[in-house]
Amino acid sequence: MMRALLFALLAFFAALAAAHKPSDSYLGVTVAGDTVRGQWDIALRDLDFAIGLDSNGNGEITWGELRARQPEIDAYALSRLTVALDGKACQPRVTEHLVDNHSDGAYAVLRFEAPCAKAGAVLTLGYNLFFDLDPQHKGLLRLEFDGATRTAIFSPDAAQQRFELTKPSRITQFFDYGREGVWHIWIGFDHILFLLSLLLPAVLVITHHQWRAVERFKTAFWDVLKIVTAFTVAHSITLSLAALGVISLPTRLTESAIALSVVLAALNNIFPLFQRRRWMVAFGFGLIHGFGFASVLADLGLPRDALLLALVGFNLGVEAGQLAIVAVFLPVAFGLRRSWFYRRVVLIGGSALISLLAAVWFVERAFNLKVLGF
Amino acid sequence: MKYCAYAALCGVLLAGTVAVAAAPFVPRTDDEVLEHLPFRPNDPVVREINGLRRQLAENPQNLQIALQLARSYFAQAGGQSDPRYVGYAQAALKPWWDMAQPPAAVLLMRATLRQYGHDFTNALADLDAALKINPADIDALSLRADINLVTGDYATSRQDCERMAPYVTALTNAGCITFIEGMTGRARQSHDALLAAMSRTKTVNPDQRLWILTRLAEMAWRLNEPALAEAHFKSALALNIADGFLLAAYADFLIDYGRLQEVLVLLKDWSRADPLLLRLTLAGQMTAAKTFPEHQVALAARYAAARMRGDTTHEQEESRFSLVVMKQPQEALRLALSNWRVQREPRDARAVLEAALALKDAAAAKPVLDWMAQTGIEDWYLRKLAAQLVPAGAAK
Repeated sequence: MMRALLFALLAFFAALAAAHKPSDSYLGVTVAGDTVRGQWDIALRDLDFAIGLDSNGNGEITWGELRARQPEIDAYALSRLTVALDGKACQPRVTEHLVDNHSDGAYAVLRFEAPCAKAGAVLTLGYNLFFDLDPQHKGLLRLEFDGATRTAIFSPDAAQQRFELTKPSRITQFFDYGREGVWHIWIGFDHILFLLSLLLPAVLVITHHQWRAVERFKTAFWDVLKIVTAFTVAHSITLSLAALGVISLPTRLTESAIALSVVLAALNNIFPLFQRRRWMVAFGFGLIHGFGFASVLADLGLPRDALLLALVGFNLGVEAGQLAIVAVFLPVAFGLRRSWFYRRVVLIGGSALISLLAAVWFVERAFNLKVLGF
Repeated sequence: MKYCAYAALCGVLLAGTVAVAAAPFVPRTDDEVLEHLPFRPNDPVVREINGLRRQLAENPQNLQIALQLARSYFAQAGGQSDPRYVGYAQAALKPWWDMAQPPAAVLLMRATLRQYGHDFTNALADLDAALKINPADIDALSLRADINLVTGDYATSRQDCERMAPYVTALTNAGCITFIEGMTGRARQSHDALLAAMSRTKTVNPDQRLWILTRLAEMAWRLNEPALAEAHFKSALALNIADGFLLAAYADFLIDYGRLQEVLVLLKDWSRADPLLLRLTLAGQMTAAKTFPEHQVALAARYAAARMRGDTTHEQEESRFSLVVMKQPQEALRLALSNWRVQREPRDARAVLEAALALKDAAAAKPVLDWMAQTGIEDWYLRKLAAQLVPAGAAK
């Protein structure tokens, strides 16, 4: 998949070298200690309009023509960019000249470095490229600091912008990963169904091969608490180990195993095998679900400098999402536990549906597995 | 699997739009051609523009030169479908641009540039101000009629046409009126009246003829008369004027009638313009053309680039892309409804109905169904969609 798309990418740059879009430049800035480094991609068309690049007048810009004007380009661009840390100006100088293709044509790439007096907590960038020639021009900033990435847009109305480089970004980052965790449990139907399958019988008890309602809320509560805690501890362990790179399993394998765990957990309600020990099932399969969470976290991209922070944030988000589900489930189930509806339709019918659905997932995921040759 | 494909797609989108994610390189030789410019420096168009640029640089407060330069640039924005020229035109008017009450000619140009960026509210305010200065300003009336038509304010659009009537040719007047009536329940009569007005007029300039033929074709198409629509489209194409709007309309017509190979041939050299690349991609997907994967990636990258700069002028087309190519009806509906708040032409209505239909969500399409009921628009395709969406025949 990845390879096919990359080929397509190369082909489209060759075929569609000059799409029409408004003028933008792409400014990537990284702050590391007392040095601000950057990469600035500026469209050749815009540079040609500003200072003229087509020296031989044939309507084409060659690398030779661009190289010949490089000093003027550097001077033109850098005189329209100011960089300051804590209010003290840093002087950028170009370290490398390259070329890149964007969706609308070729860009000159200036890599630059701006040494500052000392590290600071506030970065100020002033951007004034091309605004006099084209007020609709925009500078698209991608700022990286301490593993976090921010984006901003420079326009004539917002030519100077301040960026805080201190703690708040960490807290934001923490909550961002937390939110992702909640979101993932919320859209991760396989995890929800697994948990529900284990929780459904918590308000019942088997005597003489017959489900009967538990008498007291406390009994159900402790059962749920044990299951949720076991699941949480288990998936936290594998999530952490996978995220830290200690263990790695093929996603296809873990995703299929997760589907299978849902099938088994649901079947266990119809043909009870584990009753009072469902927390052990929760723990055992929870280990597998942890790998599922880890692959989501890997897709989100982990900040190198704030690995633990992101991990804890994401995990707490997952727990919060899980608790919300339990908080809704438990009172409702407890209220309905004596009814025929709960025992037959919800527990048996629901479990049958869940196991059927999860079986389809399993076949789907396992089928992909064969196709891809694992 | 899903994550993997999603991550790969994200990677490609980022590579296409964000510098730091792409791979910059050092070209191997000095002869390597990096970029083709739209014009050679000795092209007459460039020479004229450069002459004006020099004059304006010497005297930036000269309104006449500034307006002339802005108009030249704007003509290029249309002809080349290249939005960079809109920014250049705005720069030429810099001393007057932020004035609360600039001269009438600046108001008209500012409105023209603003409507290009779909800033209809401010464009209309400029035109109102221009018409206070000169109530018989034909260009201002005509642009205001157009904007009001696009935004669905038919009553005001009609007033503008009527105010213009004494000062314009019978054909221009017929065009103005029939565009509105064609949308509001008199499609057949409007088509015939406009066609008659054109054949009565001895000299019609090619640009005007192109515009009228395109509109006639659209009217015939809405009436489900493909042979008639085809004839108008063919006459328009025979004028040999490169016009993105005509090509997009004709391509949509061909797609609707399943003539997909013709779309691939018609637009094969037009992938630079986003609207036409969309049609190429749609036809390519339906015919499993070899070009389809690269077109899909390219188009997704361009929509992502537009989003990064906060540009929403693509929403209607991006909605079609999301629905048909990306199979994301939720996103398609969100885009189509957001676009509907700004633009209300049949194609905008269609984007909403198609996305709502994919989601079987008739309630979401209510604004469009209401609009159809209010205008009484005769568009067989919109009515078909509405009838599918609300089976009880509420598509009145």
